Amino acid sequence: MSNFFNIIFSVDFGYAVLRVTTPILFASMGALISDKAGVINIALEGMMLIAALTGVIVSALVQSAGLGLLAAVFMGALVGMMLAYFALNLKTDVILAAIAINLMAIGGTIFILFVVAGDKGISSSLPSLVLPKVTIPLIEQIPVLGPILSGHNILTYLAFLSVWLMYIFIYKTPLGLRIRAVGENPHAADSVGISVRKIQYIALTMSGALAGFGGAYMSMGYVSWFSKNMTAGRGFIALAAEAMGGGTPQGAMLTSLLFGFFDALSNSLQSLRIPAEFVQMIPYLATVIGLVIYAANKTRQIKRIQANKERDANI
Amino acid sequence: MVFIINETAFSITKGELLMQSELLSMNRITKVYPNGIVANDGVDFSICKGEIHALVGENGAGKSTLMKILFGLEHAEEGDIFLNGDKIQIQSPNAAIDHGIGMVHQHFMLVPSLTVAENMVLGSEPKKGLYVNIKKAVTETEELAKKYNLLVDPTAKIRDLPVGIKQKVEILKALYRGAEILILDEPTAVLTPQETKELFEELHLLKEKGNTIIFISHKLHEIKELCDRLTIMRNGKSQGVFNVADVTETEISRLMVGRDVILTVEKDDASPTDVSLEVNNLTVVNDFGKKAVNDISFSVRKGEILGVAGVEGNGQGELVEIITGLKEIIFGEVSIGGTNIKPLSIKEIRNLGTCHIPEDRMTYGVAEALDIEQNLLADKHDSDEFTGRVLTKPKVIRENSLKLIEEYQIKCGSPLEEVKMLSGGNIQKVVVAREFSSEPELIIADQPTRGIDVGATEFIRKRLVELRDDGSAVLLVSADLNEVMELSDSLIVMYGGEITAFIENTKSLNEEELGLYMLGINRQKPEEIRRALHV
Amino acid sequence: MSKQSRIFEISRTILAITIALLIALVTILFVSEEPANALSTFLLGPLKSMRHFGNVLEMMIPLLFTGLAVSIMFSSAQFNLGAEGAFFLGGIASTFIAVKWALPNVIHPVIAILVGGLVGAVFCGIPAILKVKWNATELVSSLMLNYVALFFGLYIINYYLRDVNAGAMVSYKLAETSKLIKLIPKTRVHFGIIIAAIAVIAIFYFMYRTRWGYRIRLTGLNSSFARYSGIKTASVIILAQLLGGFVAGVGGSIEILGMYRRFSWQSLPGYGWDGIIVAILARNNPALIPVGAFFLAYLRIGADLMARTSDVQSEVVYIIQGVMIVLIAAESFMAQYRHKLVFKEARNRSV
Repeated sequence: MSNFFNIIFSVDFGYAVLRVTTPILFASMGALISDKAGVINIALEGMMLIAALTGVIVSALVQSAGLGLLAAVFMGALVGMMLAYFALNLKTDVILAAIAINLMAIGGTIFILFVVAGDKGISSSLPSLVLPKVTIPLIEQIPVLGPILSGHNILTYLAFLSVWLMYIFIYKTPLGLRIRAVGENPHAADSVGISVRKIQYIALTMSGALAGFGGAYMSMGYVSWFSKNMTAGRGFIALAAEAMGGGTPQGAMLTSLLFGFFDALSNSLQSLRIPAEFVQMIPYLATVIGLVIYAANKTRQIKRIQANKERDANI
Repeated sequence: MVFIINETAFSITKGELLMQSELLSMNRITKVYPNGIVANDGVDFSICKGEIHALVGENGAGKSTLMKILFGLEHAEEGDIFLNGDKIQIQSPNAAIDHGIGMVHQHFMLVPSLTVAENMVLGSEPKKGLYVNIKKAVTETEELAKKYNLLVDPTAKIRDLPVGIKQKVEILKALYRGAEILILDEPTAVLTPQETKELFEELHLLKEKGNTIIFISHKLHEIKELCDRLTIMRNGKSQGVFNVADVTETEISRLMVGRDVILTVEKDDASPTDVSLEVNNLTVVNDFGKKAVNDISFSVRKGEILGVAGVEGNGQGELVEIITGLKEIIFGEVSIGGTNIKPLSIKEIRNLGTCHIPEDRMTYGVAEALDIEQNLLADKHDSDEFTGRVLTKPKVIRENSLKLIEEYQIKCGSPLEEVKMLSGGNIQKVVVAREFSSEPELIIADQPTRGIDVGATEFIRKRLVELRDDGSAVLLVSADLNEVMELSDSLIVMYGGEITAFIENTKSLNEEELGLYMLGINRQKPEEIRRALHV
Repeated sequence: MSKQSRIFEISRTILAITIALLIALVTILFVSEEPANALSTFLLGPLKSMRHFGNVLEMMIPLLFTGLAVSIMFSSAQFNLGAEGAFFLGGIASTFIAVKWALPNVIHPVIAILVGGLVGAVFCGIPAILKVKWNATELVSSLMLNYVALFFGLYIINYYLRDVNAGAMVSYKLAETSKLIKLIPKTRVHFGIIIAAIAVIAIFYFMYRTRWGYRIRLTGLNSSFARYSGIKTASVIILAQLLGGFVAGVGGSIEILGMYRRFSWQSLPGYGWDGIIVAILARNNPALIPVGAFFLAYLRIGADLMARTSDVQSEVVYIIQGVMIVLIAAESFMAQYRHKLVFKEARNRSV
């Protein structure tokens, strides 16, 4: 038991949590913005995968990590627009369309990986680049917190920054206001002349771009290559994180960190005598339980309000 | 003074009317819906600047359609609209708003998690750099609110506000966008008496400030209190414009509630026997916390048709939901065939011999993606007639489908045709065929012939009478005057969730009296109403 | 469905498939040095030998099961994606029975398959109950539970059933008595195809000729109407998921017992996702599932053969699958023609 605490209260663990949370955090922001506009985007997984490959290919091609990142984000946004086209123009159910995109992403990335790198499993033959790590001068000197907070990949800092940016965007800008209106009451938005379809297009494109950041991090930060299916369900975990986060950026950040915690835990606990599989199971099990608690709470609240109304009316 | 010529009334103060400045006029507006129903038939409607003008009529009279046309939500087949003497086209709500016309709908167009100020400026947000200038939005809201005495807290979230305040926000929204003409669609339907009083004060203030208000309602006492003039609509036509001061509620009722064509239904007198449905002290609270049904008691006997008359929205819908088991009984008691239905599931209520023709047939009456045959099975799919212990009996089912299609004259290619391909009248016939074929003891028919063609209507009404003659009890809820007066043997009138009258023999009732009860102008004494229980 | 509607839907489906294949064609032309060879292998390869055609049939078997499973669950209008996990756990459960228990011939696989089915049923039932009781989205919960199933299953294999002598992370050999017999010589097509055929027929009858299937379909198409007709929609939804999970679990069991000597899956095999495509192709109609399953299996094997004999990778088939899903499920795809069709029919029946 003491071993357990030794592990999680170590500086390395803290660092690992932040590292591991990064892609989930980006993707959960993507889930958030589309959710706010009233469209659910379960294609985050596929978008991340496509972006991860794009980053590797472009950065290898032009020998610039920055351009690789840009291309990855751009691809993510493009796929977001594709999803919007399928769901809003062709009127395919948005979930089925997303499943289609995920399938095409899984297969398509392996396909293109082979064409470009000659290998179906990994892109090591490509001279792809990574995004740099950043050490923050003053912070790194703080005992304990320093090594946990400093020295991360630039995208990690960007991910946490994006939470704050998302908050401002959603709650303080005109576009954010319209997105919220469209998601909650499209009739209200329509009645003041806002095009619901246009707003949802924008939200899905942004969602894809954010997933693009997450994917870029995977292949250009977390590790320095693209391997098949490397996202391993993070896009789906991000969905769960956002669902549990009560619909706010801060909430999604906390739940993403929760995941990051369990994910890092599963890596660290391998050294203990707990079966690796159980440890790997923990993040997913935690989500389901969290989801249930959240939903049960909401249901209980609604029932209480209704009962109150009835009681008040008869008085 | 009011002259009545050929059942259309002319006011002799017309000259007086023309002297005021006519702000808006709609001329010869005609609107026909795809199913053939003429919602507006050559309607003339005009309002003067600075007045509160009531638009009165029953459901289906055409007043909602007329206002939808004015607000750009619908387009008229014929007719013109003039604003300040200039002809205008209103293609969409945005165009209407540009012309200074605003509408406050019955179902609020507000975003629950946003604040009042945010809802106000939505779509035309004041900006400060990249951000919404929320301070400006708040001050603009405050100024507007102060100017019109519509006091709201700009920083409160809509979902935390009571209904009355939400309505104020809706009005402010319209004013913010420059509305000079405000259309209010049945605004007091969701308000408490206190909130209604506040609303009227605000409307008077708006009038003083030079706004013009169109007040859609069927609550005559409110119109008397608030409005200057009124236009009465009935069956898609205008019955005339009057000064409110010059007409009594009775006169309005006579013009509002009447039948141009009386469609008689041939039926013998009823010979009712035992009580089938009994409702005792039923109270139903709706989602707004209001008593949609308030302590009503009545019963329906086998072999009779009890009509429930009344303008829609006076509790009939909630009553039907309770009786059919869709909503749980909290206050009061309902029994069918002597059995208390409170603990029963919908299936168990059906097993007591109840069948139901729902008001919203597409949601509750059919599964439009399925074929006719599957729809005809819905409530009996597990009966011994149509299924063995495991497998169903397709031959029997097919025979039944063909039999019902013929009996009810459902126009279709085959029983395998999807219901959504059928016309409205035929869809209703599918519903009716299914429900009636279970040899029901109690039939709840809610607006059974609304929106369907004459042929199907006649057919369904005839069937109802036949079933009554066979001994079924029928509860007929209908906003269609013809239907409720010609088909029912007895009837109760609902107004404001209460029964205002019980008429033992419908034949003895004339439209005028019915209208007065329907609009809450007259009310029977409690002893008379209690007779509805037949104890 | 009326005849016109049926014809319309079929033409729409064929058009969608054609477009998807054309896109693949273009991709192949683009990528390959010898496109004609690649293409002919892709489209005709499976027909060239008994063995290859057998591969198609072998691949078809798990697709039949997951296709059925998904079609049942989707028929109740629930987006339960747990067929993947149920399939996997079914395989785990039957491996357990096959390795740890000693039973006579015939009875051994029967028990193993039934247990696999039950495990799958319980698994898919969990998101259903969470949805019905607490309104927790079955989409997310089933997705997460798939991963839980994966790791739990791997745990069972690695800690209870692992054959340390075998080198890789695989289970002990499955008992001979538990395996399913091979049917067609020169192929690996096993008895599971018979079971699958029976399942298709049984599920078809269940969905279209029993009261329970009727309730599931009605609830899925209009739950308000179903409720009003006296159907207990909550129970129906749970039943549909349990049944779907059972079929998927059976599929997993049969796949292991029929095609493998040991349990060797290291990750989720993906048949659950394929089942979604099959269900969409078949419009959730069990009678059409074999067509969809065969078609998908044929594409896959064709792509595999193409990958082996040419320079085009098999993953191009995923692009086809994706395009098919999008177009077939697209309401607006050829919608203007449907509108004309409806209008014409309505006019013929004008009242």
